[in-house]
Amino acid sequence: MNGAGKTAWYLLLAVAALTLPTVPFLQPYLTQFAFLWVMILLALTWDIMGGQMGYNSFGNIVYFGVGMYTTAVVQRDLFFSVEEYAEVAGGVDAALNPLEFISSLALGMGLGAVLSVLIAAILGSGILGLRGHYFAICTLGLGIAAGEIASGMDYIGAGSGLVTSLLPDAFGERGRFFYYLFLVLAVITFLVLRRVYDSRFGLAINAIRDDEDKAEALGLHTTRYKTTAWCISAFFLALTGGAFGNMVIFIDPTDVAFAGPTFGVWMVLMAILGGKGTLWGPVIGATIFHVMQEVFWTFLFGWQRVALGLLIVIVVVFFPEGVVGWLRERWPHRFGEVVDEDARRLQVSLDSEP
Amino acid sequence: MSTVLEVEKVSKAFGGVVANREVSLSVPEGAIIGLIGPNGSGKTTLFNSIVGYHPIDAGSIRFRGEELSRLRTPQIARRGLLRTFQQTRIFGKMNCIENMQISVPHADDSLGTMFSRFDESVTGRAEQLLKFVGLYPKRYLRAGDLSFGQQKLLEFAMALMNKPKLLLLDEPTAGINPTLINGLIDRLKRANAEFGITLFVIEHNMRVIMNLAEHIYCLAHGELLAEGDPDQVQNDQRVIGAYLGAG
Repeated sequence: MNGAGKTAWYLLLAVAALTLPTVPFLQPYLTQFAFLWVMILLALTWDIMGGQMGYNSFGNIVYFGVGMYTTAVVQRDLFFSVEEYAEVAGGVDAALNPLEFISSLALGMGLGAVLSVLIAAILGSGILGLRGHYFAICTLGLGIAAGEIASGMDYIGAGSGLVTSLLPDAFGERGRFFYYLFLVLAVITFLVLRRVYDSRFGLAINAIRDDEDKAEALGLHTTRYKTTAWCISAFFLALTGGAFGNMVIFIDPTDVAFAGPTFGVWMVLMAILGGKGTLWGPVIGATIFHVMQEVFWTFLFGWQRVALGLLIVIVVVFFPEGVVGWLRERWPHRFGEVVDEDARRLQVSLDSEP
Repeated sequence: MSTVLEVEKVSKAFGGVVANREVSLSVPEGAIIGLIGPNGSGKTTLFNSIVGYHPIDAGSIRFRGEELSRLRTPQIARRGLLRTFQQTRIFGKMNCIENMQISVPHADDSLGTMFSRFDESVTGRAEQLLKFVGLYPKRYLRAGDLSFGQQKLLEFAMALMNKPKLLLLDEPTAGINPTLINGLIDRLKRANAEFGITLFVIEHNMRVIMNLAEHIYCLAHGELLAEGDPDQVQNDQRVIGAYLGAG
């Protein structure tokens, strides 16, 4: 695609995304569309590790949950004592005014992100030395452990969960508010990742994916790159989690915050479905996955999980490289994989030299 | 000529198998030195020991006067001692230009340069070196889609991109067709003469190594068997014996 075509395409997408909440017949589904942006964020942040760097992390859900709990706790503790909050049944009666809400939300998301980055740096320096399946299994344990720990902490509601602050009426409809919030977050994440993948960092983590031994043999600071990659992933995932807690209102330690079997697995599936290791793959994968899931839920109720499973099997068997990967295999020249014929004609062949 | 690499009584065993026993050799600056020996004689193990791929059991390895045996592979690479692999290793899903770009020297990397883009001069040098090995027309193809011989050439170009002071080449001509080998020998000699890179080469192809190296070491059963200039080594009865199985 040429430059102008690309710009037109981006503009079209931007207009569509911005005007979608004004379309009358889509009004009842705004929360669903907000959810779509969340799914895109989950896939994008997972792909930094699993796609671009080749480290299949099943523990990214930890940062999602940490961000969520941190935000909720900040929103609670800034204005209430724990006992008082529990007494009024959490967010239901403990309403915040708009300024309180938005400032505590921002502060909570920020703190959650910082905390997650710290955790990623510490965990990363410990377990990013593991490769392949060992890393995947180790991170799987992290997600489960985090859920268990959260279930045991009274301060954050333990197993009975935590009710988050309610959106003040001044912000209008919940669905629309969170639609725009996650839209902005997804766009920022996408643009940051696009810039990051275009730099030395992007090539370095791709090199680690393709052959880590070779990368080390060339003198790359592999540990530094790997840890930073996880920190970037954790940062955006924690922001997503923080806002997500407010959207769903209730945080359950294992079903919402550290939901390994759902969000934790979906983020992997969506990235693979769209084409891992590509910029657009996770976006496309998340969109297909989310739409299919909702369609199955609506029309194949009772069989929705079976249908979803079947979809995954079909993708893995017929499109192992995902949608974008499949397109790239079919039309490599469209992705810039071309032989420079002019240069080839001019080139003095190696064979012909003495 | 000063000595750039000094290997002194290096031993390495894997369980009960002694791969290297008290191997000593030295590589003078600016030279092309050969390392030969039958299969399983410990050549690649010695290379792995030098670049810090695994710890050595005893002995000392000094690169430009600095002890290497306690450093890790990336640290050694950043000091200007690089190796290529016998089983060619390139970054398969990245194109040739990207493979070259990421091969720049990493000694001056910092957190600040982590997210910087590669400037024009790096890309220019990458293209020049790709021309040098004849891969320029294929620079936008994924490295994994190149033929084995081309991948070998790419790996060599990547090594040059890294501006090493000493380059260890593990069988640079294995799997390359005979006509291309001549071109490669020429490139190796030019890299040595024009870029001032000292070469230490493992090679099975006798015609190549005799043509290339000015001094040759021969390993057998993990021990240093003989050394000398190509003529001496070629006519050494112990070397002939080791290769033909009489030793």
